[in-house]
Amino acid sequence: MTRAGAFAGDIVRPKPRTTSERLVRAINKTPIHIALALIGLIWLAPTVGLLVTSFRPRGDIQSTGWWETIFTLRFTLENYEQVLTAQGGMLGAFVNSVLISVPSTILPLVLASGAAYAFSWLHFPLRDTLFLIVVALLMVPVQLAFIPLLNLFRPLGWTQGFLAIWLAHTAYALPFGIFLLRNFFITLPKDLIEAARIDGSSNIGIFRNIVVPLSVPAIAAYGIFQFLWVWNDLLMSLVFVQTGSNFPMTRQVQNLLGQYGTEWHLLAAGAFVLMAVPLIVFFSLQRYFVQGLLAGSVK
Amino acid sequence: MSVAPAPAVVPRPPDRLRSEGRNWSTLLFLGPAAVLLIVFLVYPTIYTIILSFNRGRRGEFSSWVGLKNYQDLLGNDPDFLDLSHFPPSGALFNNVLWIIFYVGFVLFLGLVVAVMATRVRYESIIKAIVFVPMAVAATALGIIWLFVYSPDPNIGLVNSILGVAHVGPISFLGDTAWVNAALIAVGVWGSVGFATVILSAAIKAIPTEIMEAARTDGANERQIFTRIIVPMVSLPMSVLAVTLIVNVIKLFDLIFVMTGGGPGSASRVVAFTMYQESFPSGQFGKGAAVAVVMLIILVPLMIFNLRRFRTAAVT
Repeated sequence: MTRAGAFAGDIVRPKPRTTSERLVRAINKTPIHIALALIGLIWLAPTVGLLVTSFRPRGDIQSTGWWETIFTLRFTLENYEQVLTAQGGMLGAFVNSVLISVPSTILPLVLASGAAYAFSWLHFPLRDTLFLIVVALLMVPVQLAFIPLLNLFRPLGWTQGFLAIWLAHTAYALPFGIFLLRNFFITLPKDLIEAARIDGSSNIGIFRNIVVPLSVPAIAAYGIFQFLWVWNDLLMSLVFVQTGSNFPMTRQVQNLLGQYGTEWHLLAAGAFVLMAVPLIVFFSLQRYFVQGLLAGSVK
Repeated sequence: MSVAPAPAVVPRPPDRLRSEGRNWSTLLFLGPAAVLLIVFLVYPTIYTIILSFNRGRRGEFSSWVGLKNYQDLLGNDPDFLDLSHFPPSGALFNNVLWIIFYVGFVLFLGLVVAVMATRVRYESIIKAIVFVPMAVAATALGIIWLFVYSPDPNIGLVNSILGVAHVGPISFLGDTAWVNAALIAVGVWGSVGFATVILSAAIKAIPTEIMEAARTDGANERQIFTRIIVPMVSLPMSVLAVTLIVNVIKLFDLIFVMTGGGPGSASRVVAFTMYQESFPSGQFGKGAAVAVVMLIILVPLMIFNLRRFRTAAVT
């Protein structure tokens, strides 16, 4: 995909010439407009409903539906206040999500691009066989790691901190990252890298000054994909984070659901705190985001 | 434009030195990743496969039981697979339901939205709207839809609409007859955008001459859809279908948040069973067997997709 905007449309049709032609075309398209409006509604209503609810006073939520808000128009920030502080604990969980996601993105990014460089531009014995093994590891679902890794991490106390989840996320991100980045690095012009080598550049120099700068789109797509993957993950944190004060937001929201299953003012606000960062990433880095997700679909 | 290799002016270092430097470089670039992969991926995988033939108390090798875990799972565990009545039930069968209905509806709706969207000016907006759920954690999707499905007609949109028609309220997630359909609907809602974006790109790759030629020959829109668009996107569709099946096998967060596998065990899926057997129940041998079953299902699917991926450009 080389398109500028990920969602850009580019089908050019001849412009209608006369008014009647325009009218006929509009009528022909009416069913499409209706169908798309309905789809837009079905895809927006659930999320918008929860967003509206997150700003409604608790009493209102229990007595009237969110779609009736237009008649009352009473909004409050109290739900967010409650969910972020003591009762909800989402502020601490937000910090934990950052503390989990940032190293779990940077570590695989650095290690995978290094390994991808070795697989694309260094010569060593069994290179292709080893790469094939990496690709094979891509197929292993994370469930195969749970039991042995817990046996390994628990006695060391690593599940009490963040080390266990950093390492687990990093290891499981590597095969995909190596695969993706190697496929990109290998397309870089060979002349450029050979020339740098002849000029006496070291491999670290070539990697830092040529390969990485030229691969920003691929690295960014992988980085965003990995960051959101970790940010949105619940399963790995269920297994590898075992201290309540270290829970990321996904687990905290899950806890709120267990404790206050019908307290929608808390759940709605909590869900939106959890969604905020991915939505900001989505709307600001749409292109890299979509590319990352499309590329990540093999994971 | 090809450039002839420039004659090397700089004297080359002696071969032995060069290859030594190279070995160090290889170690530096590949070493850290290799260590992590071996310790945290290769070793656990082998361990889990062996553990699946073991009773596996406390996740350790306690006593060898051969295929017993697999026999228990496939023959003696109605929560995993129950073929004694029709329709069958259990986690494995629920995954089959997911594969049929989730994959089917995502592909169908994805194609329909993609085709319709190319015909209107607000294409990018409608694609962004259906794509947004892809960005959001399954945990949040679960909360959104727990809210929509709420049996309280003052809270749940669906039961409120049904109430107008004097139906219900229906407890979609509390009723074994509804729960899988309700969950699959959420999955479909979450994934249509992904299919739309991929299929829309595929549709745009169809040469305009083909479309124009068909139109000049008097083909109507329906014929263009069934005779040109559908065959031309069948390859990306098949890749997409396999990707979606892989999603189904790995599906966990949504089920865990929305129903916890319930009511009873009605909405369990394979990945959920792996977690449930290993951690809350402490049956690590059985949990390991479920993980191996997942691996066995995934390998052929991933091989299919990786083959296709290798030929496709990434960015």
